[in-house]
Amino acid sequence: MIEAAIIGISGYTGGELARLLLIHPEAEITYASSRTHNGKLIGSVHPHLRKLLNLRIQSFNPEKISDSCNFVFFATPHGVSQTMIPQLMDRGLKIIDLSADFRLKNLNTYVHYYGRHTCPELVKKAVYGLPEIHKEEIKKAEIVACPGCMASASILPLAPLISEKVIDLEKIVVDAKIGSSGSGVKPSRSTHHPERANVIRPYKVAKHRHTAEIEQELSLLAEADVKVSFSAHAVDTVRGILATIHSFPLREVTEKELWRIYRKFYGQEPFIRIIKRREGLYSLPDPKTLIGSNFCDIGFEIDEHVGRVVLVSALDNLVKGAAGQAIQNMNLVAGLDETTGLFFPGLFPV
Amino acid sequence: MAQVFIASCPVCGAEINLTDPVVREVVECSDCGTELEVVEINNDKIVLAEAELEGEDWGQ
Repeated sequence: MIEAAIIGISGYTGGELARLLLIHPEAEITYASSRTHNGKLIGSVHPHLRKLLNLRIQSFNPEKISDSCNFVFFATPHGVSQTMIPQLMDRGLKIIDLSADFRLKNLNTYVHYYGRHTCPELVKKAVYGLPEIHKEEIKKAEIVACPGCMASASILPLAPLISEKVIDLEKIVVDAKIGSSGSGVKPSRSTHHPERANVIRPYKVAKHRHTAEIEQELSLLAEADVKVSFSAHAVDTVRGILATIHSFPLREVTEKELWRIYRKFYGQEPFIRIIKRREGLYSLPDPKTLIGSNFCDIGFEIDEHVGRVVLVSALDNLVKGAAGQAIQNMNLVAGLDETTGLFFPGLFPV
Repeated sequence: MAQVFIASCPVCGAEINLTDPVVREVVECSDCGTELEVVEINNDKIVLAEAELEGEDWGQ
């Protein structure tokens, strides 16, 4: 049985971890901590979990965690887990970190995007937690560094075309749209309702920090440097990411060939669906159909006019983009079927 | 006894199983959703082609 701690439970990804672990048949939440809600019941912070989880939030205590848990999830802001994880090492615990602290293998890149790193020696131990790319390494990992939500939505559609050397590695443009839960639970002026409602706002059209991990992972697959032009936009939904990706093939490709490439790469992956139909409202991926689910839907279209392959991906940023993917990683580390507790179709309509 | 044919989608290459197909029957590919018309049945071979449909082009 998995006994799980959630550090940073008061945020949206912490709440989503609690919701998914609550219905997981092989896991139980035995410890939860938060800097801001010490002593409260989980249900008083996450109203959808009221009367379902009779567990009080405590302060971070490594001794208590190692006594009561075998898996520790970090749903903390960037910069926090790197100060806490060293206190949990050598206690036989498996760490699943949802923050960016252990995602980037190049320390200079981390410092450039996020600032100082206090335990670079542990970065080498961490495995980038994108199961569709690093499954075998994740199974043996002590620390799993879960990808960013928009990084997942970018890497997954691009990986097959990069692996098969179909597209130009220096001309990749990602245009991502994300709902308000992506900016976290802490309020700011930009998340205030009069500012956030009805919005279609470019908020980081260049130098977005997820660019670093997208380039890191795609460069590994390409065995060459990959450059990605990434732009993010805030849109008026609560959950969901839609990424529209413009890529440029190095040679002529056909629709049938792209189908073959995607089937070969993802044919055995339970949470990847290739969605590309000729007609209908949902002929390409749409996050509206994925709310609450751990699926990432991927579609494509060839634009012969300009020699472009347009990729479209969609996912729920709190599930496949965060907590669901973290639990998928937990399943792999624990030797369970990776779909355990996660095979939930999206709510529709929402 | 029902006769099962295996055909390939001319659009995405998916394998499509058809039981007792008839010429001009329209079937949907389970992968790409394209509506396909059975255009020919010859002994154990079956030929599919895209059925005609109206496209969408929204926006002003």
